Formats: sequence, structure tokens, C-alpha cells
Amino acid sequence: MSLSDLLDFGPFFDNIDAILRGFWATIRLAALAGVFSLVIGTVLASLRVSPVPVLRAAGTGYVNIVRNTPLTLVLIMCSLGLNDTLGLTFSDDSGTTYYWWAVLGLSGYTGAFVCEALRSGINTVPIGQAEAARSIGLTFSQSLRMVILPQAFRAVIAPLGSVFIAMIKNTTVATAASYSEVVTEMKTLLDLPSFTSGAIPLFLGVAAGFLILVLPTGYFFGWLAKRTAVAR
Amino acid sequence: MSAGVLFDVPGPRARARNRIITVVASLLLLGLAALFVWRMNAKGQWAGELWNPFLKGQIWRNFILPGLKNTLGAAAVATVLALIFGALFGIGRLSDHWWIRVPCGVIVEFFRAMPLLIMIFLAFFLPNKISPVIAESSFGTLQRVLVDNFFSIFGVEINAGTVTVPAFAAVVFGLVMYNGSVFAEIVRAGINAVPKGQAEAGYAIGLRKSGVLLRILLPQAVTVMMPAIVAQIVVLLKDTAIGVIIAYPELLKQAFREIPPNFHNNILQAGIVVGAIYIALNLAISRLAVWLERRSRGSRRTAAPTMGAGGAPPAPGMSATGTATGAD
Amino acid sequence: MRLRRFGALIGAATALSLAVTACGSDSEKTDAKSVVQKAKDSKKITIGIKYDQPALGLKKPDGTFEGFDVDVARYIAKQLGVPESGITFKEARSENREAFLGGGQVDLVIATYSITDARKQQITFGGPYYIAHQDTMVRADDNTITKPQDLKGKKLCKAAGSNSFRRVTEPPPDGKLNIKGVNLVDASGYSECAAKLKTGAVDAVSTDDLILAGFASQQKGSFKVINQPFTDEKYGVGIKKGDTATCKAVDDAITKMYSDGTAKTLLDKYFGGTGLKPVTTVPPFETCA
Repeated sequence: MSLSDLLDFGPFFDNIDAILRGFWATIRLAALAGVFSLVIGTVLASLRVSPVPVLRAAGTGYVNIVRNTPLTLVLIMCSLGLNDTLGLTFSDDSGTTYYWWAVLGLSGYTGAFVCEALRSGINTVPIGQAEAARSIGLTFSQSLRMVILPQAFRAVIAPLGSVFIAMIKNTTVATAASYSEVVTEMKTLLDLPSFTSGAIPLFLGVAAGFLILVLPTGYFFGWLAKRTAVAR
Repeated sequence: MSAGVLFDVPGPRARARNRIITVVASLLLLGLAALFVWRMNAKGQWAGELWNPFLKGQIWRNFILPGLKNTLGAAAVATVLALIFGALFGIGRLSDHWWIRVPCGVIVEFFRAMPLLIMIFLAFFLPNKISPVIAESSFGTLQRVLVDNFFSIFGVEINAGTVTVPAFAAVVFGLVMYNGSVFAEIVRAGINAVPKGQAEAGYAIGLRKSGVLLRILLPQAVTVMMPAIVAQIVVLLKDTAIGVIIAYPELLKQAFREIPPNFHNNILQAGIVVGAIYIALNLAISRLAVWLERRSRGSRRTAAPTMGAGGAPPAPGMSATGTATGAD
Repeated sequence: MRLRRFGALIGAATALSLAVTACGSDSEKTDAKSVVQKAKDSKKITIGIKYDQPALGLKKPDGTFEGFDVDVARYIAKQLGVPESGITFKEARSENREAFLGGGQVDLVIATYSITDARKQQITFGGPYYIAHQDTMVRADDNTITKPQDLKGKKLCKAAGSNSFRRVTEPPPDGKLNIKGVNLVDASGYSECAAKLKTGAVDAVSTDDLILAGFASQQKGSFKVINQPFTDEKYGVGIKKGDTATCKAVDDAITKMYSDGTAKTLLDKYFGGTGLKPVTTVPPFETCA
């Protein structure tokens, strides 16, 4: 073998279907976790500013626990702890049940960060807005829904973008939780005894794949943030 | 965070409604807890033999504390190196010369877009695979000299042309590249947040570029950056747990992978104990961040009062939530 | 200027460490000794073992180690003239064992280390000290899997860093049986596989029978091995490439271990009552190279 063999993309393209399958699994996980974490984060943020102390405490407790636990532990606990040990399975098919636990674990974790981003967004809404909402007789849920959150969301689109980018990258950790995504496929190829010279192209290919996923997401949120910025 | 402005002082009806919500929510939470307890019981997970190990001194001495030491060690080394990386590239991105600015920007953006695990895999698996080929080529000597004289600081070994990277170095490499890029952005935003007049005043009294940077901009930027930096250090500390995937003997590996084979696979119990340790550790660091934020807040003011009810909203790109969301 | 002084400090520290490591690596190269010589002189040896493999190499709560591999390691060390107090155990995993040997971080690796042609390029093997066979383990009450072909449509554990699953699902050269339609479930290692098998998250674990028997003996009554071996796994003692003196000494120690009955005692101690029929004659040795 010579140096030029190190850049031989042959072995990489021989296994391109495994890598694409891995990326598809990554995208499937990221897409659903994105939607769920937005929902979970909004609910949590609403809980944390609600008038009922129990709800506030529940929201605060959840965020503090989840945000300070490593994602690796969260995901392993979902798969090994809840799914395997406690037998809380979604389906008899192992691929399906680990997929849903990965989605749930990742969105539960990301949701805590979405909540915190939203709260800092609520912080940017001028007090006058809330006072005006109250003075025209809106209830708490009405003022949150119609006045505060719409402005808060628009203020935090850029930070939310970073949260989602981090989430996309975090899908890789699901490899530790029995969910087979692109890193799992990559590691399986690296373990393959006959896969000797394709390591550099493999890393380049996977890196390019993540750039393709992450950069447009960043630009999209940047564009959205500019478009929807609150003039104040 | 005072939410008081969002709702009026509750009247009699609102109080009644809040009481109902309180009861319902409490029941719901208790129900969830009960479900968990019941399920644990159904699977025999409350058995003493599964929990008792964590009350024994030798378990802590032989597994948990050594793991904690490795976790903190990797985090400490990575923090120092990442701060250096961040300072260099953050300032580099502000350079007047495009040939410094552009490469720095590309590197920072690239590593910010890469998953940490891929970077760790890169450092851990790639040298081992490609070094034998390099050793046979004309770069063989260069490779050996580089490893012997520089990379050996991090425990990297070369033997018969095969370079091997220890798990510690691989974890540190990944953490430095990713968190260093985040620090670079924090540094850049921090310097940009210093009012323009400060730099102009510096130039006016005859300071050179380096003088303005080191004596005027950086000292002021550091106080602004502190909360964001501490928040990112929490992220970094949590990220060391990814090391378990390449078997770096950190806390998660030792407590979660090595204890359960001895005690009927008490994975769930080990996970709960380890989780508690991480949470305590990170809350302590977060407390420090809050304290630092309070301290640095005094001198800064905003134009209009906001929902934050006192205290400035964080500077753009400076909010803890904006930056502290890195890989896990 | 505080910052500048800090920079100078870092520069000095880097230069210093460069100088120190440069000297260190030079002296290391000049007096490379064979492990057997070093063991005789210093009465110390470092051996790489597994930390999470019951009955083979397991780190116990009190910080000590137990298992067949561990006792073989102790026996060989004794034959090389090292007392038990002179042995340091280190964790050797599939990711790092070649590296550890090459870098001299361990002197020997005795960790379910199969002798293969690819590995023989990188290191020298003493032994083998035992010939294991790939077999399949299922839950004790599961009668639906009696031969590897029954794995079709079942959930098989795929341990990270191990290629055992390939011998079931893929054709040669990487695999063997080429059984299609097996559902692979990822796990971090064989301990996790055993945990998953117990809870029903997988239906079968397929790897070396000694590893499987280890789990079966640790968690008695939970598992059974189906006794359908389909490969030979020659467990060797990993030695730094080219250290033939040590290789020969290790071979002598292994011969003695079988002739004085220690091997039989150890195999009975760790795998007795698991249904595994251990071979108690010396396996044919590889040539030391």
C-alpha cells in the first residue's frame, strides 16, 4: 500500500449503501426529535412561568435534572434501563422500539434546552406587553399564547437554531443506546477486517454528510431569525 | 426569573382553579412516580442486593472515585487546552488580515458542525489505521519524530510504524476541538460586545493593535464572557461521558460498565447513582456561573426594563442557553 | 503584562516537556529487553486482561481480579519468576491490546485473545493456552433455537468491536455461516449482551464458548449454551512482536500448566456445571515468530 491508497474512495463507495442507510436513520431520528423537543420545550417553559407553584416546581425540577445529566447516560438509561430492564417496550421489533426510545430520550433531553432558550426569550419581551395584555383582560394562558410566546419565539430563533444543530449532532450518541445510525455503520466498517485502506475517505464522507445536515439548518435559522426579528 | 407580571394576583375564582390544578397535577406526578415504583417492583428491581453495592466503601474506592478522577482529569486538561484554542481562533477571526481571518473562520465553523463522537473516533481509530502506510512512505521519519517529540505528551505511542492514541488523548482531542470552537465564538462575541469607542480611544492614545487587544478589549470582554464560559465548561464536563463509547475509564464507564457484571446487572441502579453524581457536580458549577453572572452584572445596564424583571438580558450570543447547548 | 507572561509560561512548559520526552524516548529504545529477562530481573510484570468478562477476567468489588484468564496469567507469571505481588493487571480491550503490547504498556495480554493471521502480523503469540469454539447461548427456557440455522428471524446480539456476529450472518472471508434474516441488536459488549438476553431484548448471543460459559456459570439457571460449535478460536498469549524468548518461555509454562493438572483444576473451577466439556490436553502450539 502506498500513500495514494489512503485516499482511495473505492472501499467507501463499495459500502455507500450502508453509510446512506446510517444517515437515513440519523435523519429519521433528528426530524422527529426536533418536533417533539419543540413541543416538550414549550410545555416546560409554560409550566415554569405558570401561576401554579406545583407546575413551576415540576418544570424546574425536570429541567435541572435532565440538563445536568450527560446525554449518553440519558439514552443508555432509556434503552438498557427502561426498555430492557423494565420491559417498557414500544414494539416487539427491536429496531422500532430502540428507535422510539432514542427519539424520546433525545427530545426529552433537547426539550430542556428548548425550554431554557424560550425562557430567555420571554425575558426579552418588554414588561409593558404583559401589562397591556393583562389590562385588556386576557387570562394567563391567553396572554402567554397570544402575546408573550409569539414574541418570545421570534426573539430566540437564532438560539433555537443552535439547540437544533446540537441536537442533530447529538443523534450520534444514540449509537450507545442500541440504535443503529451512521456512527454505528461507520464503526462496523472500521471493525471489518477487510476494510483496511478506506478509513480517511470514510471519515471525510461522514464529515461531509454532517456538514450537509448542519450548515443548511444553521442558514435556515439565521434567515428565519432575520425575517421574523421583532422591531423594537 | 419572576413570572409575577404574567398574571394578576389571583382572585377567589382563580385561587379555586389553581387549587384544582395543583391537586390534579400533584396526582398526575404521584401517579407517574407510583407507576415507576410498581414497574420496578414487578421486575424485582428494588432487591437489596442490587442497591446495597452503592453503600459499600470499596465500590466507591475501586470504581466510582477512580472514574470520577478520570472524568475530572479529562475535563480539566480539555478545558485549559480548549480555552487556549478558543482565545487563538476567536481573536484570529477578528484579524484585519483575510489570510488569518478566513482559515480561522473555516476551522471554527467546521468543528462546530462536527459531532463530538466523530472527532473522538477520528483521533482514536484513524492514526492506528493509516500510520503503517505513512511509515512506509517518505513521511515515515517525520511521523516518528512528531509522535516521539510532541504527541507523546498526550500518551500517543508509536511502535514499528503503528501509531496508537490512548482513549484519554482521543477524548481530550474531541473535547478541545468542539469546545474550543465554541469558546472561539464566545471570545469573538465578547470582544465585539465591548463598545467601539473603547478601541478607538485606545488607538487615539497611540496604542498599537496588540496593545488595544490585550490592554483594552480582552480585559473587558473576559468579564462579559465568564458566565458563557462556565456554562460551556458544564457542557464539556458532561461530554466526557461520551468517552464510555471508546472505553475511556471515566465515571460512566467504571460505574455503569464494570459494577453491574458483579451484581446481577444492576444497570438501572448504577445509572441512577451515576446520574445523581453528575447532577450534583454540574449544579455546583452552575451555581458558580450564577454567582459570576451576578458579580459581573452590576456594571451593565439596559435601556428598557424587560420581562427579566431586573438585570440585563444577556448580550447577543452570550446567553447561557445560546451557547450551553453543545453536544450533550 | 499578565497575558504575555502567561504565554511565555506555556511556551517554556512546552519546550521543557519536549526536551524531557525526547530524552526519555531515546533511552527507552537503547535497552529494549525481552519480557522474560525483565521479569526475571525486576520480579515485576504487567499483564493485560479483561475487566468485565465473568469467569475469564472480571474486576471484583474489592479491586481484585478473578477468572480463568487471570489465573492463567498468575501461573505463567509464576513460571517466569514473578511472585503474585509483582503482577500489575491492566484492562486490555479489543480496541487497545495491540497498541498496549507495541507501546510496552503491558508485557503480556491474556484476554480471550484469538490468534488470527492478521494479528500475527502485528504481534507474537505464545500458546494457545486453550482452543475455544464459537457457540450460541440462549435463555434456559428457550427451546426454539437448537442450531445456528434457527437464528433466522431471531434477535442476535451484536457486540461493538467484535466480529463474532459476522460468522453467523455473513459468508467468508469475514463471516462463515451466512444465515440471512437475522435481526442484529447493538450492544456495547458481551456483558450488555448477556443482560439483554436475560431481559428478552435479544434471543441469542453467539461468541466463544468460554465467554458464554462464563455468563452461564455466573448467572446459574438463566442461560444455556446450545453446543453447536462452528469455529476454532485459539486463545493465545499476546507478546510484543519479535520477542521469541518470551514466547518460548510462555509455551513451556503452558505445557507445565497442563501436565501438572492446574489447567484441569482451573477449567473445572470456572466452567464446571455449565455443560461445557473442556479439553484438558495441551493444545498444539503456534511457532514462535
